[in-house]
Amino acid sequence: MQNNVLGVLKEHENKLLTIWSQILQDSGSGDGAMEEEESKEFASLFLSALAKSDEKNEQSQEFEKVEDLIVGISSSRGKRGFSPRENAQYLLSFKEAASQILSELIKDPAQLYEANLKFSAILDNLMIMTFESFMKGREDVIARQVDEISEISTPVIAVWEGIVALPIIGTLDSSRTQTVMENLLQQIVDTGSSIAILDISGVPAVDSLVAQHLIKTVSATRLMGAECIISGIRPEIAQTVVHLGIDLTGITTKASLASALQTAFDMLQLSVVKRRKIVD
Amino acid sequence: MTTTTNNKEEALILREQDVVPLRNRVKEYGVKIGMSILNQTKLITATSELVRNLLKYGGGGKVIIESVSNGRDNGVRVTFIDNGPGIADIDLAMKDGYSTGKSLGLGLPGTKRLVNEFDIKSELGNGTTVTITKWKNG
Repeated sequence: MQNNVLGVLKEHENKLLTIWSQILQDSGSGDGAMEEEESKEFASLFLSALAKSDEKNEQSQEFEKVEDLIVGISSSRGKRGFSPRENAQYLLSFKEAASQILSELIKDPAQLYEANLKFSAILDNLMIMTFESFMKGREDVIARQVDEISEISTPVIAVWEGIVALPIIGTLDSSRTQTVMENLLQQIVDTGSSIAILDISGVPAVDSLVAQHLIKTVSATRLMGAECIISGIRPEIAQTVVHLGIDLTGITTKASLASALQTAFDMLQLSVVKRRKIVD
Repeated sequence: MTTTTNNKEEALILREQDVVPLRNRVKEYGVKIGMSILNQTKLITATSELVRNLLKYGGGGKVIIESVSNGRDNGVRVTFIDNGPGIADIDLAMKDGYSTGKSLGLGLPGTKRLVNEFDIKSELGNGTTVTITKWKNG
């Protein structure tokens, strides 16, 4: 008993659960049935682990199970949209409930202090793990979104037979240029197009690196036997490019996608005519 | 002529992902003093050039954004500080088309043409500091 003072908590498991869920309810970070089940599982496993362990082997196998469980709980809470504060509150309130019970059970202040200290040390370790796994849960979400964004951000559109267009939105960095170029060149092959339109209306600034990437893309397109038109050059972009001293004279550029399309039609010897109204 | 600083902030630039947020901050400074779209674009393009240099050649560093005023006009001043290898020959580096990397070699001279004030200090082994200022009506 003396040696394993924390083990007695197991005998008061139900009471602890009641106090714990009460604190969670009061703080407003509870979420009903699913949480109750999680809490029950955690408390039971944690308290059994406490009861079985003694001073020497706190890092026993029992605790590994507890760690796995709490990591699972907190990353699932992260995915369910709990705030970091609520997530921290979860274990902190468990600590609060346990120390309430401990103070009822142990009357000697020195013993109580020691028990509390020991209990805190174990729980703090678990807290750190929750933080890590909570963050990891969130980071997984971010990583998935980054993947999705880069996948949807370079669509190649077949606007006409023999003409593909690729609107670029956002900043062109090296890795993105690579994706853009690969997509574009593949589409040129797949659709048998002879003209590609690169629209940069959605690119906030064209610096020398972006320009260099554009020039490379145009050269690669030409090597494939297709012609490349760059459209969507806004007035301020035009002036900035001139001041920077970037030479785009070898490239066909247009202010809007519409005029680029018109140029493409001209190259393919197509013409768009207004239909004459038939009058009686 | 003395210039006074009204607002100031610092940003650490260590990865390529830091470039876009920094550019947006600089743009906000420009918008706040009512800079025209053209001057904003020139300023963020210049920032973009220098911050890429900072990452590529300086291995990352610190950027200070300031809102400045000289009594007649308001402007934005951006300072780029790195602790990289430094530039051996600044005159050569400022020449159009010269690059030790495989770029177009327009970054430094082009940037100078985009802004109103351009100052570069570099010491071999002790890093490089570039300061640019773009006035609202410059």
